[in-house]
Amino acid sequence: MSPVLFWFFTFLMLAFATLVVVNRNPVASALSLVVTFLSLAALFVGLNAYFIAVIQVLVYAGAVMVLFLFIIMLMDLKAERRRKFNLLAVGGGVLVSVGFVGELVLVLGRFKLGESPFPALRAEKIDDVREVGMTLFTTHNLPFQVIGVLILVATIGVVILSRRELK
Amino acid sequence: MTLNHYLLASGLLFAIGFAGVLLRRNIITIFMCLELMLNAANLSLVAFSRFNVTPGGLPNYNAQVLVFFIITVAAAEVAVGLAIIVALFRARQTTHVEDISTLKF
Repeated sequence: MSPVLFWFFTFLMLAFATLVVVNRNPVASALSLVVTFLSLAALFVGLNAYFIAVIQVLVYAGAVMVLFLFIIMLMDLKAERRRKFNLLAVGGGVLVSVGFVGELVLVLGRFKLGESPFPALRAEKIDDVREVGMTLFTTHNLPFQVIGVLILVATIGVVILSRRELK
Repeated sequence: MTLNHYLLASGLLFAIGFAGVLLRRNIITIFMCLELMLNAANLSLVAFSRFNVTPGGLPNYNAQVLVFFIITVAAAEVAVGLAIIVALFRARQTTHVEDISTLKF
């Protein structure tokens, strides 16, 4: 990935992620989150993970965000905007995050292996979907089926949770 | 671009999501920040996948399969979580976490 594109999409991703946290209106937060997911998908394309990028756009920027917006529109959230921030929580949150980033910078400064550039891909073409599918259905077949059961459980759970009468 | 650039970007995204979870009081915004943290993990996994080139000259697809699993679990989690939030909103008429403190010691 060319450095210009990397910095552009990283900056876009981090700026809109900050907007997700800072915005008081949940609809604005959700729309900023869509931009974050789209720039993340662009970063995935730059890392030659085309299938994951497509899934990211379809599932996250598509399905999950529509679900979020649907729920936000369903509730009347106007009252939330009048509240003021809890100063202790803001201070604590910023402090812990800054501490985490500082620690990360320290660790990455000593991680010499990560300072070498990405090795070139020697394959003639990148059959991304085929390779992911092969790995998914051979090496990771059992986890794949477990995930299927998990989604079934989640579906049943959602149906039970959204019934009118919770007994 | 080196691996460390991607890891730092992923770490910053995680830190922003983490700060959001700690300092926001709207349960839906907290949920969105959780998604940010999951995506930060995905970014570092994909970067590692591209960095660890196999002898065949392809990226290591095990990491991308793991990202696939994370996306699937996150989608299921969002569905269940939002259903819980809707049920909560129906019972209490609020999405503010400080109004829901029955279990708080």
